[in-house]
Amino acid sequence: MTAQQIQVRLFARARELADSDLISVQVGAGTTVARLRQAIAEQYPSLQPLSGQLLIAVDNAYAGEEQLLTEAQEVACFPPVSGG
Amino acid sequence: MKTDSISITDQPIDYAVLTEQVRSHECGAVVLFMGTVREMTAGKQTVALDYEAYPEMADQMLQQLIDETRDQWDVHGIAIEHRVGHLTLGEISVAIAVSSAHRKEAFEAGRFLIDRLKEIVPIWKKENWSDGTTEWEHPGIKTE
Repeated sequence: MTAQQIQVRLFARARELADSDLISVQVGAGTTVARLRQAIAEQYPSLQPLSGQLLIAVDNAYAGEEQLLTEAQEVACFPPVSGG
Repeated sequence: MKTDSISITDQPIDYAVLTEQVRSHECGAVVLFMGTVREMTAGKQTVALDYEAYPEMADQMLQQLIDETRDQWDVHGIAIEHRVGHLTLGEISVAIAVSSAHRKEAFEAGRFLIDRLKEIVPIWKKENWSDGTTEWEHPGIKTE
């Protein structure tokens, strides 16, 4: 299984905790959103305060846990929204 | 049906301009909702709010909001503007204008739009409290 690097954009408190608006997460090929979530938790422990609450978006839409990911997609990770 | 308008801006929102975008002689009703920066929240004093957006996705989600609204109500025009950046007390963070032939649709659609915006549009606010501390508002997460 080939490893791949997924670039993940971060926003709001996630961005501040990681001290970066873009992180690189190493995952196996054919990875899912659920596995990316797990990989983020392992590789970026600074995001621990938000664990379990982070939302994942793929190509500007909320992603389901079983959705497959590729390096070509735009992936973002952020806490629950609070606009308005 | 009028062309709808959505925007994320770092400039002050001109709600008169926004409202004019939806006004029409086909409509007997225009509803304008504005969200403004409130000073007191549960006994704590705010001095400013910082808003951050994921702009590309926010545009998509705002368009989705408009589609969901049009699926449920026969409204004429919808205009939504959300501000980002540093806002002080009383400033407008969001404005939503809706027009329709009769008032019921405009009121209901306007209510739905702001409620749904707060659920799905990727924008966040950070409180700047009067004691000098800051705190992201992330519903469901205790930050202290």
